[in-house]
Amino acid sequence: MTWLSSGFMSDVFLGVTNGVLYGLIALSLVIVWRSTSILNFAQGAMAMFAAYLGMTLSSHGLNFWACFAIAIGAGFALGGLTERVLVRPLYKRPEINSIVVMVGFLGVLESAAAAIWSTAPRTLESPFSQVYFEHHNSTISLSPFAVFQIVSALVIMTAVGAIFRYTNLGLQLRAAALAPEVARLLGVRVNRLLTFGWMLSSAAGVVAAVVISSSGSTGLTPTVMDGFFVFGFIAAAVGGLESPIGAVVAGLMIGLVQQFLQDYAPSGVSSFAPVIILVVALMIRPQGLFSTMKARRV
Amino acid sequence: MISVSHLSVSFGAVHALTDVSFDAANGRITAILGANGAGKTTLLRTITGLEEATSGDVFLETDSTISLRTENQEKGETFLQGTSLLGKRTEDIARLGVGHVPEGRGVIAEFTVLENLRLGSLAAKVNFQEGLAEQFELFPVLGERRHQHAATLSGGERQMLAMARALIAKPKVLLLDEPSLGLAPLVTAEMMATISELCAKQNLTVLLVEQNAKSALKVAHQAVVLHLGKVVASASAQEVANDERLRQYYLGLVEQ
Repeated sequence: MTWLSSGFMSDVFLGVTNGVLYGLIALSLVIVWRSTSILNFAQGAMAMFAAYLGMTLSSHGLNFWACFAIAIGAGFALGGLTERVLVRPLYKRPEINSIVVMVGFLGVLESAAAAIWSTAPRTLESPFSQVYFEHHNSTISLSPFAVFQIVSALVIMTAVGAIFRYTNLGLQLRAAALAPEVARLLGVRVNRLLTFGWMLSSAAGVVAAVVISSSGSTGLTPTVMDGFFVFGFIAAAVGGLESPIGAVVAGLMIGLVQQFLQDYAPSGVSSFAPVIILVVALMIRPQGLFSTMKARRV
Repeated sequence: MISVSHLSVSFGAVHALTDVSFDAANGRITAILGANGAGKTTLLRTITGLEEATSGDVFLETDSTISLRTENQEKGETFLQGTSLLGKRTEDIARLGVGHVPEGRGVIAEFTVLENLRLGSLAAKVNFQEGLAEQFELFPVLGERRHQHAATLSGGERQMLAMARALIAKPKVLLLDEPSLGLAPLVTAEMMATISELCAKQNLTVLLVEQNAKSALKVAHQAVVLHLGKVVASASAQEVANDERLRQYYLGLVEQ
């Protein structure tokens, strides 16, 4: 028995494995919130739908990576289409309009997926084993698949961060979010960037959905993202909807807390713990733990 | 050159601008003067498409390399080659070469000086490094503070940054909304001198909105005086400055 197979490290591995998915979903929500001030309640459902599209095409003889790529492509397209058709008329309308529309869209996507693909779970065969690693004859709670899950989430997070921080596109995206009118006066095509923000957000969410649908435990169903979305949403809120780093850190935190409570607290506590984290976090810092939002003068 | 022709703008029942017409010539500063609520800011915002006009038009002189909407050529009385700005999107108007430094300057406080300037250069597809060198020569203090966040700059420095960010795109027309607001008299004087120099050197068409009529009239060639959304005078800066009636009633310039 080594320290890697201790109960503590086991909780850390399992917590991180789930937490990166919450972080990814939270990041996806933050991208859209920052640029368009809309809470995308259909985010999980959009990712689910794109994953189905990828899987449908891959069942015709395409492999896992092709499915992954197709699903991400479908995510980009679905995100762009959603912004253009559904979301654009919502800007400058009261917030309640966007909430109703996005929740409605969630229902539409889930029903449509059930009608097209049925509610029976489908599993996407991944090339990664889900058998835990062995180390000096003891088991570590980490499988090649979990490593793939963590690495792909981190790659997407890093890529999104790099786009925002280091590219001209990212500079324009940030300007469009912070000061849309000023950005327009400088010739920035704000509308196109908002569409691109939705595309990017949607594609990032699809990575989470594809990973979930290829993990043996759940498989892909029309409602598979609901639970993950709730925790991702809580992570986004705890991190402060404005902060991409906050979203990722809060996602990891929720994954870890959930895992530890599952081991050490009475049964059932871990499932509602994230809600308690949300309430406590918002009581201490209503703007979110990582938000630097203040009254902003532009 | 930019030509405003019978422009009217209403916000509901409020007539912000009524039948405003004037021409602003190349290489000249046209001061837009008047008290609070005269419609000065609305005029600039309508030119760059941030507000919608109820009637009238705005023409921008463009060279033949830019595709023209021929139907507008007939309407434009003052020049042969031009394009109507009304109905165009703000970002497209900016890309036609209209720089607008808005009320309150609009520097992005969360961005560094360099990021603000880079943002200004992107749409115009100019060489950023060359543009940067030019702007740092014009406003050396921005060069010294290039890595600072714009939030840490003083009012005067922010104004310089806002102007440099507009200028780096090499605009043909520059709209300045109250550049002197909140600045010390000495800084205002420097700012006006810079505007004057730029205008002559780069053959810029400058529309200078000012409440501070005295300092604006010192550098302006022409002046348009607005009162409650109407043009009450449009003449050379000299004539406006010497008109007792205008000075007293509209510009608040009363000799002690």
